[in-house]
Amino acid sequence: MDNFAFRVQDLHRTYYMKGETVHALRGVSFDVFSGEYIAIMGPSGSGKSTLLNVLGCLDRPTQGRYLLAGQDVAQIDDYQLSRIRGRRIGFVFQSYNLLQQLNVVENIKVPLQYQGLIGKDATKRCSELAELVGLGSRLFHRPTELSGGQQQRVAIARSLVNDPYFVLADEATGNLDSKTTEEVLDLFQTLNEAGKTIVMITHEDEVAARAKRVIRLRDGEVESDVINNP
Amino acid sequence: MFAKFLQTVYLGIKSLLVQKLRAGLAALGIFIGTSTVIWLVAMGEGVSYRAQQQILELGAKNVIVRTKQPNEGSEEDANSRVKTYGLLRADYRRIVENIPNIRRAIPMRELRYELRLDDRTVDTKLVGCTEDYLTLNRLEIARGRWLSSRDRGKKVIVLASDTAKRLFPYENPIGRAIWVGSEFYTVIGQTKDRTASAAIGGSLDSREYNLDAYISIKTLRQRVGDMVMKRVGGGQGFNFVGEDVELSQITVEVNLIEQVDETAQIIETLLKKYHQEEDYAVVVPRELLRQAERTRTMFNVLLVIIAGISLLVGGIGIMNIMLATVTERTREIGVRRALGAARSDIIGQFLAETVVLTASGGLAGVLFGLSVGPIFRLTKLAITAISPDALPPIVHSLEPRIALWSVLLSLGISLGVGVLFGVYPARKAAYLDPIEALRHE
Repeated sequence: MDNFAFRVQDLHRTYYMKGETVHALRGVSFDVFSGEYIAIMGPSGSGKSTLLNVLGCLDRPTQGRYLLAGQDVAQIDDYQLSRIRGRRIGFVFQSYNLLQQLNVVENIKVPLQYQGLIGKDATKRCSELAELVGLGSRLFHRPTELSGGQQQRVAIARSLVNDPYFVLADEATGNLDSKTTEEVLDLFQTLNEAGKTIVMITHEDEVAARAKRVIRLRDGEVESDVINNP
Repeated sequence: MFAKFLQTVYLGIKSLLVQKLRAGLAALGIFIGTSTVIWLVAMGEGVSYRAQQQILELGAKNVIVRTKQPNEGSEEDANSRVKTYGLLRADYRRIVENIPNIRRAIPMRELRYELRLDDRTVDTKLVGCTEDYLTLNRLEIARGRWLSSRDRGKKVIVLASDTAKRLFPYENPIGRAIWVGSEFYTVIGQTKDRTASAAIGGSLDSREYNLDAYISIKTLRQRVGDMVMKRVGGGQGFNFVGEDVELSQITVEVNLIEQVDETAQIIETLLKKYHQEEDYAVVVPRELLRQAERTRTMFNVLLVIIAGISLLVGGIGIMNIMLATVTERTREIGVRRALGAARSDIIGQFLAETVVLTASGGLAGVLFGLSVGPIFRLTKLAITAISPDALPPIVHSLEPRIALWSVLLSLGISLGVGVLFGVYPARKAAYLDPIEALRHE
């Protein structure tokens, strides 16, 4: 039971847009174990983004269960969702989404601030994480002084700072060239080997190929769920 | 908890510093509002303080009974050339004998009179008074001495500063003899310069002390008399009018300040019995003080309203800026929400920013407001240096007085404006959909 990072059971998500009903998810179910490295793929309109929002606790499913460490978080209120995002999930975005007015260490620290962790220990932990992702010499640089690959490393460090159940990466390499893509993917792999659960949303096959398991979505349903053979 | 609060404030300052000019301009409105309150109140307090000082000089424990010309003379009076009116020596006696709680009562008679020495003449106000007059009016002796009880009935005179200067431009007047009417008087003293008192509440004329000459009231009565004639108009024959007044003023000092109003009423009743016409006025400085106090309160209320409006305008400017900021930082809000910020955290963040903005504007405004004294003095000096007569005399004597309540009030209002006008933008930010916000370009 404790081996599950999370489980989704029969997830439905329906939008109403301009009188039209959009069924973005039509009963998605899968389990993710701790320490897994999975890629979620699918063409646009397949429900990928919707699933990402639900998994990231940014959105609530219309129907179905989403068990995070045994707790159903499908229908809890906004405040509790915020807390779960802050404590259980590490976000990595396509466009890095670092805060421009903060330096590297401060950016990594943001999730901790919302848990009230703002002491010296927090700063120390952030510096260590920056070193872990290879930015030990740039602790006090602003995002604008860093390359895209470096910014994404900061974002990865930030996603790890709250020791989450899983890291949720949304097209994390979408804005990077092939060389830095490789570096970032190597970093994810290293993290996974160290025991981190990683969920990667992507539409690139090369990126998905690094994952151990690939889930493909089509029209709001799971099309395939396969284990990658190395 | 406190550390988190500090963290929020620190973050707010940091975000504001990203757009320094914009934050500065937004805070300017509050700055101007705050300093305006303090400046205006300080000026108002300065004016009313002066008025109060002048009233206090009349004495808060005093009741002043003055002679005044009756409004409409009777037929008989209109035809006669000599008008008889005013307070009588009998009134003085009656007051002293009948009214309780009096510490002292000081009679005084003043009239315009010409003093002469060789070919120099000076038109003075000749004051017949008792020895108490000096302390009562806070006059000071520059040289020589003041009238004493031994001078009653004697031909000695004390000159005020300007009177002395005109009669004795180059000499020491003490011991010299001057003409008062047709008699020689010996100068025994000279008073110091004293600024004129303003006309107060329409009941008292403004009083210029520097062209006075003082003699004993007994001397005045015996040598000059009650009746004064003066020639009016030109033309044929002699046209004289005169007035026959026994006393110009009786100043009554009571023992306790609470007895002032009561005593004033008794005096009024007493005088009414013996005067057919209203040829006297009872002035209570304490009442004037209360009137001045009321005027001051009204003035201050007006100022606070004006200040409130200016701070309101400033607040709207702040809200405008914060709304723009929220739109601009939609993405940041989305990121923070994704990283675990609850709605209350976002509200706190933007509210902190607004309050930091208004508080710094308010604080700067207070500092500028506190410098009103030196700045006002410098401006006065500068203008006087350029053109000496540009400023009316009232401005010269005006000293701004900073009121503590105005400082606290304006600071409080500026903080309040921050909270009031920060809530809406902050709520707007907090209730953005995080998914939409993250997608915002």
